[in-house]
Amino acid sequence: MSDLAIRVRDLRKQYPGRDGVVNAVNGLDLDIPVGECFGLLGPNGAGKTTTVEILEGVNEPTSGEVEVLGRRWATDATAIRERIGVTLQETRFQDKSTVFELTELFRSFYHRGLEPMAALERVSLETKANAYVETLSGGQKQRLAVAIALVGDPELLFLDEPTTGLDPQSRRQLQDVILGLMAQNRTIVLTTHYMEEAEKLCNRVAIVDQGKVIALGSPADLIARIGGEHVVEFALLGEPPSADTAEFQQLDTVLGVRVDSTGYALTVGAPHLAIPALLEHLETTGRDLARLTTRQVSLEDVFVSLTGRHLRDDETGDAPIEIKGRGRRKARRGR
Amino acid sequence: MANYHPLRSLYLTRLREFYRQPARLFWVYGFPTVLAIGLGLAFRSPSAATIQADVIESSAASQVVETIEAYNKSRTNPDPIFKLKINSEADAFRRMRSGKTPLVVEVKGPKSIIYHYDPSRPDAPAARAAIDSVLQTAAGRPDPVTTVDERKTEPGGRYIDFLIPGLIGQNTMGGGLWGVGFLIVNFRIGKLLKRFAATPMPRRDFLLAILLARLTFLIPDVVVLLGMGVLFFKVPIVGNIGVLILIEIVGALAFAGIGMLIASRAQSMETVSGLMNLVMLPQWIFSGLFFSSERFPDMIQPLIQALPLTQLLHALRRVMLEGAGLFDGDILKALGILTVWTVVSFTIALRGFRWT
Repeated sequence: MSDLAIRVRDLRKQYPGRDGVVNAVNGLDLDIPVGECFGLLGPNGAGKTTTVEILEGVNEPTSGEVEVLGRRWATDATAIRERIGVTLQETRFQDKSTVFELTELFRSFYHRGLEPMAALERVSLETKANAYVETLSGGQKQRLAVAIALVGDPELLFLDEPTTGLDPQSRRQLQDVILGLMAQNRTIVLTTHYMEEAEKLCNRVAIVDQGKVIALGSPADLIARIGGEHVVEFALLGEPPSADTAEFQQLDTVLGVRVDSTGYALTVGAPHLAIPALLEHLETTGRDLARLTTRQVSLEDVFVSLTGRHLRDDETGDAPIEIKGRGRRKARRGR
Repeated sequence: MANYHPLRSLYLTRLREFYRQPARLFWVYGFPTVLAIGLGLAFRSPSAATIQADVIESSAASQVVETIEAYNKSRTNPDPIFKLKINSEADAFRRMRSGKTPLVVEVKGPKSIIYHYDPSRPDAPAARAAIDSVLQTAAGRPDPVTTVDERKTEPGGRYIDFLIPGLIGQNTMGGGLWGVGFLIVNFRIGKLLKRFAATPMPRRDFLLAILLARLTFLIPDVVVLLGMGVLFFKVPIVGNIGVLILIEIVGALAFAGIGMLIASRAQSMETVSGLMNLVMLPQWIFSGLFFSSERFPDMIQPLIQALPLTQLLHALRRVMLEGAGLFDGDILKALGILTVWTVVSFTIALRGFRWT
């Protein structure tokens, strides 16, 4: 029946918390077809990891339906485990094992799979086969984690924040590995909070916030939904950003205005009309620019416009105020 | 095409993790060796015991000191040697309070002496009796009964003979608790347990590999300590070595089970370290590692007898030093109690085991 690799209906997970029950996952639905690279995006604590761990069979849902490769965990756990590969966030492998030994150890758990060396070649770690795990860099350790996830030759691969904390070069290397896997038509579920990574790798993404999917579609779809295609960011000299943005809202082709602690961000339909209009407006009101940049709309902007918050803690800043569509509303605090 | 076997791979991984860490090798083998040598030297059978005492400075004191000096010169081995120090009253009592001397002798006159000592300090009454005997004899006390001293310095009855089985047993306890418990919690903290749980790895094989590795490490554990005892200190092995090995294996399994029980749910190193100490400390104190557990009051003896280390040490000593056989009542009782610990702790541990 199913060409769905994953089917989730009304998934809920509750933890006992200090101030009553915490709903880590709160009625989440997902359909992921075979062969897709699917991204789960969201800030820390959105419920991405809990969701993925339930899909991986290492965490149990409070309620809801989960089917993985057409099977259920309650009845077919071993069969599912034979067919999936997993990387967790920050697994600490045995330091004193060599890369090859560790890959071979995990290979021994599966009935069928790759030769350990072949798995290492997929992630370009074959030259490190005889190195102790403790001597690997962060990026190499993550690639080893991917090799170990691949060694059972899985139909479905879960990569939970595989590039978090890596330097840009290691991140790019790992992204190339993932693109290589996509070329082999495997189903991949990727969680990340790097938007550009999701735009680059994923066929479709789900934006998760507070345990629910709040937006679903291809990165291009989601970006189109925001209206404009460009963002003009600027700050004024000697003047803190003000919540009253009506003066910018009325400028030519401006679709939305956001304010954060450092300045303003305009979503615009046509930068070549909006920017001259902005400059003229500042000229007539006698104010100077501190900075002015323009860029394409990203998934990050989608997330901010949906939730009023940034995805990563380090970008949180003060709570921004969103103006467009639903009118004004104070954003909830980050996290 | 290579032949993959999860149990074998897990077992080999455990062995490699161990022997590739020289620091760990020292703590497991080097440290007990150094400890045994140190204690062995401290408690070796001396050619003669030395008895210390302080004498309070007074006009009559020199008489006593001369008498003892005369004895020291004419004594023959292995009679004890006395070391007397003449001190002011204040100094002498301060030295006794701080444990530097067990006995203070106050000479009131040629025929009047007061002994000051703390009777609960093991060497104090002995020092008092020995000095008193020398002084009384010198003053003309006749000894109506002829006595002969047979001193036990033969292998089998010395402190080191008591100590070596104790160290073997305590190493077995430490190895089981740390080697199993700490390892599992470490894996849990590093999310390795969770990662294993996401594979089709047979969970039984994972736990079995840890146990097999533990039993493997037991071999060098026992060989090093027993070998040192036999070679350096001439500690005898009176009983059957096979029975000794069987007791060690059952003991190791009991402690591996307790280690697993401690680790079955613990989420942090602090928790597991605390629990380890909670389990080990009473056994270090009560189980007769450094001195016989029979010194404790009868009231708590049933509790002491129920501790696994008590049973392991007692059985090891009975076999090594007294030649008890497998069907000796004490040995069967020890094996029984250790088996109960093994079965109960594994059953509870596996029922509540957390992979995440």
